[in-house]
Amino acid sequence: MNVYKTLAMFAVLTTLGLAGCKTTTDPAEDPGQMSPSDIGTTPLGGDAGDLQVDELNDPNSPLSSRVIYFDYDSAQIRSDAVDIVAAHGQYLARHPNTRIRLEGHADERGSREYNLGLGERRALSVKRLIVLQGAADGQVETTSYGEELPAAPGHDDVSWQQNRRVEIVYR
Amino acid sequence: MNTIKIGLASVFLFFAAHAKAVLEIEITQGIEGAIPVAVIPFTTEGGTPPQDVGGIVNADLGRSGLIATTPADLFPQRITDARQINHPAWSGKGIENIVIGSVQTSGQDNYVVEFQLIDTISRRRIMGNRITARGRDLRRVGHKISDLVFEKLTGKKGAFSTRIAFINTEELGGGKKRYVLQVADSDGYSARRFFASKEPLMSPAWSPDGQRIAYVSFENKRAEIYVQDISGGSRIKVTNAVGINSAPAWSPDGKWLAFTHSKNGNPDIYVMELATRAKTRLTKSRGIDTEPVWMPDGKTLVFTSDRSGKPQLYTVSASGGRSKRLTFDGIYNADADVSPDGKQLAMVHNKGQGFRIAVMDLANGDIRVLSDGRLDEAPSFAPNGVMIVYATVNRGRGVLAAVSEDGRVKQRLRLQEGGVREPVWSPFRE
Repeated sequence: MNVYKTLAMFAVLTTLGLAGCKTTTDPAEDPGQMSPSDIGTTPLGGDAGDLQVDELNDPNSPLSSRVIYFDYDSAQIRSDAVDIVAAHGQYLARHPNTRIRLEGHADERGSREYNLGLGERRALSVKRLIVLQGAADGQVETTSYGEELPAAPGHDDVSWQQNRRVEIVYR
Repeated sequence: MNTIKIGLASVFLFFAAHAKAVLEIEITQGIEGAIPVAVIPFTTEGGTPPQDVGGIVNADLGRSGLIATTPADLFPQRITDARQINHPAWSGKGIENIVIGSVQTSGQDNYVVEFQLIDTISRRRIMGNRITARGRDLRRVGHKISDLVFEKLTGKKGAFSTRIAFINTEELGGGKKRYVLQVADSDGYSARRFFASKEPLMSPAWSPDGQRIAYVSFENKRAEIYVQDISGGSRIKVTNAVGINSAPAWSPDGKWLAFTHSKNGNPDIYVMELATRAKTRLTKSRGIDTEPVWMPDGKTLVFTSDRSGKPQLYTVSASGGRSKRLTFDGIYNADADVSPDGKQLAMVHNKGQGFRIAVMDLANGDIRVLSDGRLDEAPSFAPNGVMIVYATVNRGRGVLAAVSEDGRVKQRLRLQEGGVREPVWSPFRE
């Protein structure tokens, strides 16, 4: 990852007060496990991640969150969603052949065509943060469905909150 | 240069017309002082016609809200011919006008419909006409008679012969939906499925000659504009650029489409000459510019923009240039439709009580709220400017409603199944 992008991402996170530590279990620290050098073998090529479950399918990974929610008439990524979006951006940066589509949606309030624009604005807002993590522009396609494909059918605040969203679709 | 996709989408076209009304229309608010009319059941001769022409006229006029039809059990006498009318008996009951008529057939699917409009006060026939038609056109004959009677009595051109296009969603089970672009007569009958898709459809727009409909389809996972021939002919994708392509609006001469396109993720208003597909960008704001609609003179467009923070209406010249803000009253003004005389704008208006249909007088900027829903949208003027049809939510379901431009007459249009939205009233039929 290039240093400017790292700095930019760090700036985003610190601004939002989110630069926290994420702890992961490192198998090498497990006292019960032998170090590879003890039995004289050579380490396998590639990074350890290749031998684990694909992070994308790991329910404990932030990458398992594929829906980003928004406030009313807003395309600003909420503080609770920044690290999720950033994780997807970093994953794409590490996997330059992976591509995603960001599908922007709006709740039903207001006119349909305006909401189509709002959905696109939300998708682009997510894309901006993803590209900031080092993903290439070409890896991320955006589209908007406006209010046409609600996730929840109701006509109330609870449904509306679920409908103001960007869905991250791995392709 | 764009490539043009032309295809006969016959697989998706359904032209089976249903005899029963798909949309049921009920008047929820009529007006005081509506013009009283009795429509006498039309007599038949030579065979039973496939449609009750007199019944169609009676329903049309009653639905208008401007005319009060008399129930048959209140008729002071039973008549089958204008010469039998005892004028004082009718005028004495406040029934100032009588529509009387007949449908004759000589077999072979040829029908001769005659009708007269009688003024019971002056005791004079004020209109009389004869129309010949085939059986399948008898509904249209009824609407034509309604148009003539309505214009004679109110001075306003009747719009009963017009149609309404709308989007219907059908639940297929398992959370799946089918989106259907439908066209029905303005009384809700003769509904036709014009195009169906498993992906959303939106923003239908009639060409000024009523022969084509432009609309947005998501069949390729993004908003693209198609133009489809209403008589079952070609279906053409007219946009190709990456980004949103939506909100089509025909110029009054039918040669141009105004639409929304988001180049580099910023929706702006464009116009496209249909013959050449040449596009001109009209707006360049950083906000969402969308929902263009043409003024009747074809020189100016009205559109929605949130460049000032919240959606408001603006105008821009059809040749581009500086935009001018039109609305300042309310926190949300969007999705304008221009009245046929160009003097009023219908819009979605929110002043804090919900999204409602309002009309703005362009001469003085005054805004009048006409509906009282919470989620009302998509206003569309009838071609005579008398009524505005719009979408609303009733008991959790999308339904259509109509309100007169003065707010005095209100109707609800109920669809038998599914959820309806985005009604657009057709132009006059030839």
